[in-house]
Amino acid sequence: MENAYVNNNNNDDILIVRNLKKYYPLSKISIGKKRSYVKAVDDVSFSIKRGTTMGLVGESGCGKTTVGRTILRLHDVTDGQVIFDGMDLAKIPPRKLRRLRPQMQMIFQDPYSSLSPRLPIGEIIGEAVKEHKIVPRSEYRSYILKVMHDCGLQPHYYYRYPHEFSGGQRQRISIARAVALKPKFIICDEPLSALDVSIQAQIINLMKDLQEQYGYTYLFISHDLSVVEYLSDTIGVMYLGSMVEMGEKKQIFDNPMHPYTKALLSAIPVSDPDVKMNRIILKGDIPSPVNPPSGCKFRTRCPYATKVCAEVAPKLKEYESGHKVACHLYSQD
Amino acid sequence: MGLLDKWRQIKQAEAEQGIDHTMYLTLKEERRISRENNRIIRQFEREKNRKNVPEEEYLTKMRDPNNVVEFENLHTYFFTDVGTVKSVNGVTFDIPQGKVVGVVGESGCGKSVTSLSLMQLVQAPQGQIVSGSIRYQDRNGKCYEITKMPRDKMLKVRGKEIAMIFQEPMTSLNPVFKIGEQMDEVVLLHEEDATPKMARERSLEMLNLVGIADPQKVYNNYPHELSGGMRQRVMIAMALSCTPRLIIADEPTTALDVTIQAQILELLRDVKNKINGSIMLITHDLGVIAEMADYVVVMYAGRIIEKGTVREIFHNPKHPYTIGLMRSKPSGKTKDNRLYSIKGQVPNPINMPNHCYFFNRCDRAIEICAEEYPEMVQFTDTHSAACHLCRNGGLMDTNSTKEQR
Ligand SMILES: Nc1ncnc2c1ncn2[C@@H]1O[C@H](COP(=O)(O)OP(=O)(O)OP(=O)(O)O)[C@@H](O)[C@H]1O
Ligand SMILES: Nc1ncnc2c1ncn2[C@@H]1O[C@H](COP(=O)(O)OP(=O)(O)O)[C@@H](O)[C@H]1O
Ligand code: SF4
Ligand code: SF4
Ligand SMILES: [Mg+2]
Ligand SMILES: [Mg+2]
Repeated sequence: MENAYVNNNNNDDILIVRNLKKYYPLSKISIGKKRSYVKAVDDVSFSIKRGTTMGLVGESGCGKTTVGRTILRLHDVTDGQVIFDGMDLAKIPPRKLRRLRPQMQMIFQDPYSSLSPRLPIGEIIGEAVKEHKIVPRSEYRSYILKVMHDCGLQPHYYYRYPHEFSGGQRQRISIARAVALKPKFIICDEPLSALDVSIQAQIINLMKDLQEQYGYTYLFISHDLSVVEYLSDTIGVMYLGSMVEMGEKKQIFDNPMHPYTKALLSAIPVSDPDVKMNRIILKGDIPSPVNPPSGCKFRTRCPYATKVCAEVAPKLKEYESGHKVACHLYSQD
Repeated sequence: MGLLDKWRQIKQAEAEQGIDHTMYLTLKEERRISRENNRIIRQFEREKNRKNVPEEEYLTKMRDPNNVVEFENLHTYFFTDVGTVKSVNGVTFDIPQGKVVGVVGESGCGKSVTSLSLMQLVQAPQGQIVSGSIRYQDRNGKCYEITKMPRDKMLKVRGKEIAMIFQEPMTSLNPVFKIGEQMDEVVLLHEEDATPKMARERSLEMLNLVGIADPQKVYNNYPHELSGGMRQRVMIAMALSCTPRLIIADEPTTALDVTIQAQILELLRDVKNKINGSIMLITHDLGVIAEMADYVVVMYAGRIIEKGTVREIFHNPKHPYTIGLMRSKPSGKTKDNRLYSIKGQVPNPINMPNHCYFFNRCDRAIEICAEEYPEMVQFTDTHSAACHLCRNGGLMDTNSTKEQR
């Protein structure tokens, strides 16, 4: 069992992901043909420091959710390593993994379908608390009420059912359910995209407060860059299963290097009718992840693509401390 | 603690919080409501199904000939088993020719129902336009009263004169027909002398116009073979194939990513100029509004609480809800660590208060706010808001708060 522990000298990192790959086999296989795969996540590496937030951005279908789900082992990993709190998740025996589960939680995009309609709120939040014996039985009720209070839910909601609540309140309930397990690490998969602006602000504040109070680490998945900018310390930008740029928030926003990141940033609508953006409008759609373009996957939409981009896949290289980019516009050696 | 005690405790807590229980009805009450609803609904349906209605009955005049559409004191209700939902409760605004009017507001505030009323597509029989008028001016300058228009006549206007683009394009495309077939059908339906060959040419031309690289291929694709962005472009192509005068776009980019969103918005702007049409743009993304709209209408709980030009609304918002919306948008420039957030929630739509609907969430409320619903106050020709603070041109003492009462 010892070999599950990885000797990583940097104990600041609560999560290290190395060369993560997740391929989904396509169901249709015709005889004689090679089996083809959706390369949903293709060789992604990053790490997150304890108590910080990493934002993961990218277009729909680029593999953000898959990264989250494979980290939590909700999917099997095709290849690569996930090290959580010094332990290699692939090497931990199942019983131990079960005990680790409460420490990693996920909040989902759709607050309507992720809550069981048949359980009252108190039970929804408390179900797993009981199962994992997070608190002694005598303290159970007061503990749930405290968690509810932390998440801005009133005590008399305890006996009411999810359908009686609005989108924003349901998202609070899913946050409470995750938080009740005293996790160290929470993956938030687009927790705001189903909500209105005014409710979004409430939830963002709640997430910030909880982080300050309990030191959570977040992986925050979104395609809304303005929210990511507000919440994150570091940012990773994905395109078609690969990480194309990552770095500290300031580096990404002040000095975006990858053409895709630049396009993403320029596409954010500005809430001021007098500011006319000099927008980079990308042509075309994301190619299919079954048949990604050769070389650089972004080349079919990239305004700067050259011959080499079609031939050689650019390597992710570090250009300033912590700021990594994969693009032939910058020296590759 | 017994169950009954528990229940009492909850009731007690709820009473203290001012939670109302109109959602919980006895069986008897429910039956009574249901009977009453049926009676009302039958009346409305009979009116709509009349045949051979003389045109004079639904011809009208515009208040201002530069408008394509004028909503006036529109009320659209849903007669449900738990009570009447007043989804649109007295809405008045204009859509001028060649302009983009943005409609913003919290989800459930009645934005979609307003646009569906204009198309006569409110989900019948529960949903009915109860009163008010919607005037529409067609390309020949003839004006119709949509609320009185019989169904068969409305079919001609819908699609040809007014086109609609929905949030989720997959649900509005038929999955079992090829894109091309569906597009041709629209042309054939609305243009009497169109031949299948003409329809096909028109469809391909429109696909090309909306920036689809390989129109021939997409023409022969099924909807599920396209990505979200491409489906939305197909929807726009379809909406444009009869050169409508008004495009209603209901959250056209909410399901899309920022880079695709930027493409679609650019496209909408572009085609609007090409056909000199108007757009009614529904969204809760203020950035999209700032970029696209000429005029903005802010709705709250079924009513308009503020309207004006895009500059008036963004640079000089008057209503506390509008001000709150502007402030709660996250931006990296926010200096302090917390975002501004409007606390609380919209009141129950079945049981609206008789005072300002925003009262329970407003941090600037004064005494009269709990007594009367505020009237619209006019600031300029275009800018107005419904708030008691605005009555003296927004100069009323804004320091008094609920606590001081
Ligand atoms: N169970 C599955 N079987 C086959 N393919 C899948 C499965 N789940 C995801 N995919 C594919 O993997 C790719 C990445 O999907 P993923 O859900 O991670 O995208 P995402 O970035 O989260 O997108 P969104 O912003 O829309 O949520 C997509 O092409 C998707 O179609
Ligand atoms: N078919 C329906 N039956 C009953 N109520 C409805 C129906 N459609 C909409 N409503 C109600 O009408 C109100 C306004 O809805 P809508 O116009 O869709 O809001 P939005 O501003 O998000 O577009 C909401 O309270 C909603 O619940
Ligand atoms: S490698 Fe080439 S195609 Fe890819 S982003 Fe850089 S310049 Fe564009
Ligand atoms: S009328 Fe009163 S409660 Fe309503 S928005 Fe104005 S100040 Fe607030
Ligand atoms: Mg996803
Ligand atoms: Mg809507």
